Amino acid sequence: MKVLVAVKRVIDYNVKVRVKPDNTGVDLTNVKMAMNPFCEIAVEEAVRLKEKGVATEIVVVSIGPKAAQEQIRTALALGADRGIHVETDEEIQSLAAAKLLKAVVDKEQPSLVILGKQSIDNDNNQTGQMLAALAGYPQGTFASEVSVDGDKVKVTREIDGGLMTVSLNLPAIVTTDLRLNEPRYASLPNIMKAKKKPLESTTPADLGVDVTPRLTTLKVEAPAQRQAGIKVADVAELVDKLKNEAKVI
Amino acid sequence: MKSTSYFNETHELARDTCRQFVKKHILPHIADWEEQESFPREIYQLAGEAGILGTGFPEALGGHGENDIFLKIACSEELMRSTSGGLVASLGSLDIALPPIVQWGSKALKERVAPEVISGQKIAALAITEPSGGSDVASLKTRAVKKGDHYLVSGSKTFITSGTRADYYTVAVRTGGEGHKGVSLLLIEKGSAGFSVGKKLKKMGWWASDTAELFFDNCEVPCCNLIGPENAGFLAIMTNFMKERLSLSIMAYMTAQMALEEALQYAQDRSAFGRPVSKFQVTRHKLVDMATEVEIAREYTYRVAQLMQAGKNPIKEVSMAKNFATNVAEKVTREAVQIFGGMGYMRETTVERLYRDAKILSIGGGTTEIMKELIAKQMRL
Ligand SMILES: Cc1cc2nc3c(=O)[nH]c(=O)nc-3n(C[C@H](O)[C@H](O)[C@H](O)COP(=O)(O)OP(=O)(O)OC[C@H]3O[C@@H](n4cnc5c(N)ncnc54)[C@H](O)[C@@H]3O)c2cc1C
Repeated sequence: MKVLVAVKRVIDYNVKVRVKPDNTGVDLTNVKMAMNPFCEIAVEEAVRLKEKGVATEIVVVSIGPKAAQEQIRTALALGADRGIHVETDEEIQSLAAAKLLKAVVDKEQPSLVILGKQSIDNDNNQTGQMLAALAGYPQGTFASEVSVDGDKVKVTREIDGGLMTVSLNLPAIVTTDLRLNEPRYASLPNIMKAKKKPLESTTPADLGVDVTPRLTTLKVEAPAQRQAGIKVADVAELVDKLKNEAKVI
Repeated sequence: MKSTSYFNETHELARDTCRQFVKKHILPHIADWEEQESFPREIYQLAGEAGILGTGFPEALGGHGENDIFLKIACSEELMRSTSGGLVASLGSLDIALPPIVQWGSKALKERVAPEVISGQKIAALAITEPSGGSDVASLKTRAVKKGDHYLVSGSKTFITSGTRADYYTVAVRTGGEGHKGVSLLLIEKGSAGFSVGKKLKKMGWWASDTAELFFDNCEVPCCNLIGPENAGFLAIMTNFMKERLSLSIMAYMTAQMALEEALQYAQDRSAFGRPVSKFQVTRHKLVDMATEVEIAREYTYRVAQLMQAGKNPIKEVSMAKNFATNVAEKVTREAVQIFGGMGYMRETTVERLYRDAKILSIGGGTTEIMKELIAKQMRL
């Protein structure tokens, strides 16, 4: 079974982001970039499927600038077999990403596509769902457990009220939640071996996809500074304030 | 834009792995391990599995990235982020013990020993220093007398890193006459008849590492454990020192770097006389000097590494790097403790440990004075 995993290059989650002075976006100069954490979970899940003998090939795809090849290399070092880089310096919004991935799906015909449920840069939480709609595949989003059984995949989803389990016919789209697994780090020998794994490059034009943004960003602002708190003398005062000032109880 | 970095994409990936290794397996426990003056042997196996121990060794022996010095540097820098020079020294004792075996040892010897050590199953140590002296290597006294198909070794070694736990010891012995021409290297194995290890030594710093004295009383060592030709050990020892001195320079600027980062944070968080202590010009300038020196120590070390990468033999430069960086480590850790005030004297702070750990760096692998003698010689003084 072939598994396609999509990974995105984003600002490393440890970095404290800064908004550009002109409020047009986030400052990316000299900022450490890394694989989106949800995508790391997607890669890990695919590698585990391969270790279990369920997956036979893992193809990893990333859309983005030349440097996004670093994230593909990381995925290859973690256990993916080959990479596809859709190279573009354009801003890629969720719908454009979904269309590009649909084109890759058409070409590769994977049985399972695993994506992160969202990427930590824009937190859109859309690409997986849009891809499912475009490809006409069933979707299991926010997965906390994935098990493949014959031509079906069982996905346990984290929803507000608890857990929901869906059974999807393959081929299917799965998006990962945080608790699906704990990603490994690549061993150094595997990093060396990854250098020799195939990495093919393509472009939105090659795939016949128009990636023109449909949404315009008007303004990006840092969250408001939190006001300093106050100290209360005792529990009675706290309860009083919650009741009469904050009016939450 | 052309990259001005010494590190490539592979180095950065390796750096990430080492960082995650430290974060997951070491940082949660390191304060306890320092107090216990030891760390679990399992860490060697985990580091072996991650491929961290194999960095710089030939693939045929289980290693990777042979002759890629900046790969080694990236890994060493991240391991130092464990904040424990002692752990790094013990975990890394193979880096001084194995190279002579890999470079000069017989095929049978290296194929038997190296893969087990690189995978973290076995621990290797280097034993040169003796109770009667460490700087004057050419005068070492431990004697090995050939008798049939084995040597009988008598003497002792001291201050040996990984001394109590090692399985393999690369030991400098006297097989010939006086002076450097009579020195050989022998692989001595744990459990050999006539070989015993003393108690773990109590130290100023590097608490997590085990340092011990070794005793040889007519210890029987098979002749096939000879590393390289007889009486040619001195050259192997000196060649080995080059890389050790580079690693000590890295440990030194990283020790300083971490102390600087801690001090920067503390100086901005801590207030006195109604303002953050970083707002006193005297503190601010101190931090600037610390930052300047750490950068220079690091960049110069990179330069020396680049020379080594290019196949040069920068004896003078590596000695200068070691002296400069270890001096910076001592100074910056001292100033960091000062900026922390009383808190800097408390064992719960990292700067307290860095301060104690810095001192060994200008002693081990050749003292500052011995480095200066080497530099003077290169300057034909
Ligand atoms: C924690 C720790 C770990 C160590 N690990 C190892 C290890 O794994 N393997 C190993 O073999 N050794 C190890 N050592 C030993 C270390 O390498 C030696 O301590 C060091 O080389 C100095 O030798 P010495 O202690 O005998 O000092 P000495 O040689 O006795 O020197 C004493 C003083 O005299 C100075 N001096 C000596 N000769 C000259 C000269 N010609 N000109 C000017 N000054 C001079 C020295 O600089 C020093 O200040 C370790 C030491 C420590 C503390």
